[in-house]
Amino acid sequence: MADFGGDADTFRAKAQAWLAENFPPSLKNVDVAMAAAVGPLTGDAKLWRDRMGAQGWGVPTWPVAYGGGGLTPAEARALNQEMAKIGARNPIGGMGVMMFGPTLLEYGKEAQKMRHLPPIARGEIRWCQGYSEPGAGSDLAALQTKCEDKGDHFLVNGQKIWTSGAQFAQWCFCLVRTDTTRKHEGISFILIDMATPGIEVRPIKLISGASPFCETFFTDVKVPKENLVGPLNGGWTIGKRLLQFERSGLSGGGTAGRGGDPRPLDAIAKDYVGVDEQGRIADYDLRARIIRHQMEAKAFSLTLARTAAEAKGNASPSAATSIMKNVGAKVMQERAELTLEIMGAQGLGWEGPGFTADELSTVRAWLGGKAVTIYGGSTEIQNNVIAKRILGLLDHQ
Amino acid sequence: MAVLTEEQSMLRDAARSWVQEKSPVSRLRALRDQGAPLGFDPAAYSEMAEMGWAGVVIPEVYGGSDFGYLSLGLVLEELGKTLAPSPLLSCALAAASALVLGGDAEQKQSWLPKIADGSLIATLAVDEGPRHDPAATSTRAEPHGSGFALSGVKRFVPDGMAAQLFIVAARTSGAPSHTAGVYLFLVPADVLGVSREARKLADARGYAEVTFDGVLLPAAARLRGEGLLEMVLDRARAGLSAEMLGSATQAFETTLDYLKTRVQFGQTIGSFQALQHRAARMFTELELTRSCVEAALSAIDEGSPETPTLACLAKASAGETLNLLSREMVQMHGGIGMTDAHDAGFYLKRARVAETLYGSAAWHRDRYGRLLGY
Repeated sequence: MADFGGDADTFRAKAQAWLAENFPPSLKNVDVAMAAAVGPLTGDAKLWRDRMGAQGWGVPTWPVAYGGGGLTPAEARALNQEMAKIGARNPIGGMGVMMFGPTLLEYGKEAQKMRHLPPIARGEIRWCQGYSEPGAGSDLAALQTKCEDKGDHFLVNGQKIWTSGAQFAQWCFCLVRTDTTRKHEGISFILIDMATPGIEVRPIKLISGASPFCETFFTDVKVPKENLVGPLNGGWTIGKRLLQFERSGLSGGGTAGRGGDPRPLDAIAKDYVGVDEQGRIADYDLRARIIRHQMEAKAFSLTLARTAAEAKGNASPSAATSIMKNVGAKVMQERAELTLEIMGAQGLGWEGPGFTADELSTVRAWLGGKAVTIYGGSTEIQNNVIAKRILGLLDHQ
Repeated sequence: MAVLTEEQSMLRDAARSWVQEKSPVSRLRALRDQGAPLGFDPAAYSEMAEMGWAGVVIPEVYGGSDFGYLSLGLVLEELGKTLAPSPLLSCALAAASALVLGGDAEQKQSWLPKIADGSLIATLAVDEGPRHDPAATSTRAEPHGSGFALSGVKRFVPDGMAAQLFIVAARTSGAPSHTAGVYLFLVPADVLGVSREARKLADARGYAEVTFDGVLLPAAARLRGEGLLEMVLDRARAGLSAEMLGSATQAFETTLDYLKTRVQFGQTIGSFQALQHRAARMFTELELTRSCVEAALSAIDEGSPETPTLACLAKASAGETLNLLSREMVQMHGGIGMTDAHDAGFYLKRARVAETLYGSAAWHRDRYGRLLGY
C-alpha cells in the first residue's frame, strides 16, 4: 500500500506517474470490471486488476486495513480524473464494491470486515444479492426464505429470484426470515458461500435473450453462525441501507440497457430519417420529440452535477438525489424507444445478415433497458419513497 | 439549490423575509382590487431599490453591486413565491442588461445610476403580437437627419404604463422574419410621438400597448450591436425562469400542505397513492427545473457560450413545470381552489402570463433544436 502524504495536488502528480507506469495501454476505454463480472481474467486485464487491487485504488476511499486506498474524497476525485484522462477504467467493481462492501463497513464485525473486504478490494470475489423472492418483489419484507437456528449453524430453505450474476458469484448476501411472527422485525442479513451444498442456480432467459438474472434455490443449506451480519432479526435496517447504496449506483441507469447506437439521437435521425431543405430532421413530430428528450437528458445531467456540487458543500445529501433513479431510467428508456422509432424496421433486427452491429445491439439494449424501471425499487416504489420520506405524506390507513 | 456564497445567502435571506412580510399574496390581491394603474406599488419598489436589488447586475461604477445574475435570480425566486409584482425583472434585469451590454459610457452614465437607485423605470419593448417573436419585428428606425425616425406598435409591454424609458427593438434594414437588422433604441416615454394605452391581463400586472409614431431620435439613442437583442432576451428569460421557479415552488408547498390537512373518507387526502405519485412527479419536475434555472443564470455570470441553449432550457422547463403545478394546485384543492378567495387562482393566472412572456415552452424547444442543429 503506497503512502501518499500531502494535499490533493501532490497526490494527483503521484497518481499520474503511477498510472503512466502501471496502466496497460491495450486497455484504453476497456471495461475490465464488466468482463470480471462473468468470469476469470487473463493477460493485461488480470495484470491491471491485480495492480489496482494491490494499490487499493479499486475502492480508493476504503480504509487501508480492509484493502482500500485510504484516500480522501478529494484524492479519489483526482484519481478518477487522472484515470479518465488516459481512458483507464476501474477494473474492480460489482455488487461487492458498490453495495455490500459499504454496508459491511458500517454494520460488520471486525472479523467479518477483515475476512470479506480485502478480497472485494482485490477484485477476486464476486457477490450476488439474495433479496427478491417470487412472492416478495416490491413488497420485499414479505420474503419467506426460512433460516432456522440449529445450535452451531443456521439452516436455510427457500427460493430467491432476480439474483443478478448468481451463476458467476462465489458469495451471496441474503435477506432471510428468522422470525415468522413479525414482518420487518423477523428478517436477518446473512452471508452464504455459493459453494455450499444445497444451492442450485438457474439462469432466467429475458426478453432481450440475455440471462443477467437467476433463480436461486436453497435446500437445507448450512450457514455458519459467524455469517450473520448485525443482530438476529435486525436485518431489515441493514438491507435497506444496502438499497440506498444500490440506488445511488443506479442513478445513471445501471448496467441494463447499455449498448445500442452510441451516436447522439439527432445524428442517428439525420442518418435514417433525412433532413429538410433547412437541414432540420425531416419528420417534424419526431424532431420535436427528439428535442424534448435531449432537453430532459440535459436537465438530468445538470441535476446530477448540482447534487454533486451540493454534496461537496453539505453533510446531508440533497433531496434531489431521491429523483435520480426515476429520471435517469426514464431518460434512458426514452432514448431507446426513440432510437427504435428513428431506425424503423432496421432497428428491430434480431439476428443474421442485413443489420449493422449497432442496429442489432440497439434492439437488445432497448429490451434489456426495460429492467431499469423495475429493479432497484420500481418507479412506483421510488415515487412512494419520495412521497413519504421527502414530502412527508402519510401512509394510507 | 446551488452552492451559494455568503453574500448570496444573505441576499436571499433578506429577500425572503422582506417578501414574506411586505409582499404576501394578499398584497397583490389588494392591488388588483384597487385597480392599481401600474400593476405594482411604487413605494414597495423604492424599498427594493433601497435594499440594492435594482442594482444587482449593474457595475459598481454606475451605482450597482455587480453581484451577477444568479444573485438577482435568488431575489426574483423569492418574489415569485408570493407573486410579488414589481419592475425588478423588466427594469433592473432586462433593461439594465441592455444598457450594460450595449451602452456606451455616456448612455450608461445617463441611465444606469437611475435604474440602480430605483428612480427610473425602464422596460424592453420587443413583441408586436400576442406571441413572443423577436424576429418578426416590423417597427422601423429610418435614417432621419443625423438620427432616426422610429415608427411601430409594441404590444403587451411589461410595466409599460410605469416606464419612463422604453428600450425598443426596431429594424434599420431587412424584412420582418429576418433576425438581422434589428437594433435596440433608447426612447424616453415623454418624447413627441410616443403614446400608450393600458392592457389588462389576467395576472393583474401593468402592461401597455405602446405606439411610436415617427418618433425622432438622435444617433446616440441606438445601443451597440446587432445581436444585442437576443443576449438581452436570454438574460430576461433566465431571470423570468427564476421567478417562475419561485411561483412553482410555492404553488407546490401550498398544495402539499393541503394534501396533509384536508380529510376525506376519514383520511388526509395526501395518504392516497394516486395523489402521492402526482406529488412525487411535481417534486421531480421542480428539482429538474431548479437545475436548469441555476445553470442558465450561472452560465450568464461565467460568460459561457452555452448561455442561449441553457436559457431556452430554463424557460421551457420553468414553463412546463409551472403549468403543471398551477393546474394541479387548483385540481388538488378541489372547489375551494376555484374560488377567488383562495390564492390558487392568482398562481394559475400569473403562470400562464409568465409562460408566454419571452417565449413559450414550445417556442423555446424549437429554438433549442435550431441552436443545436436538429
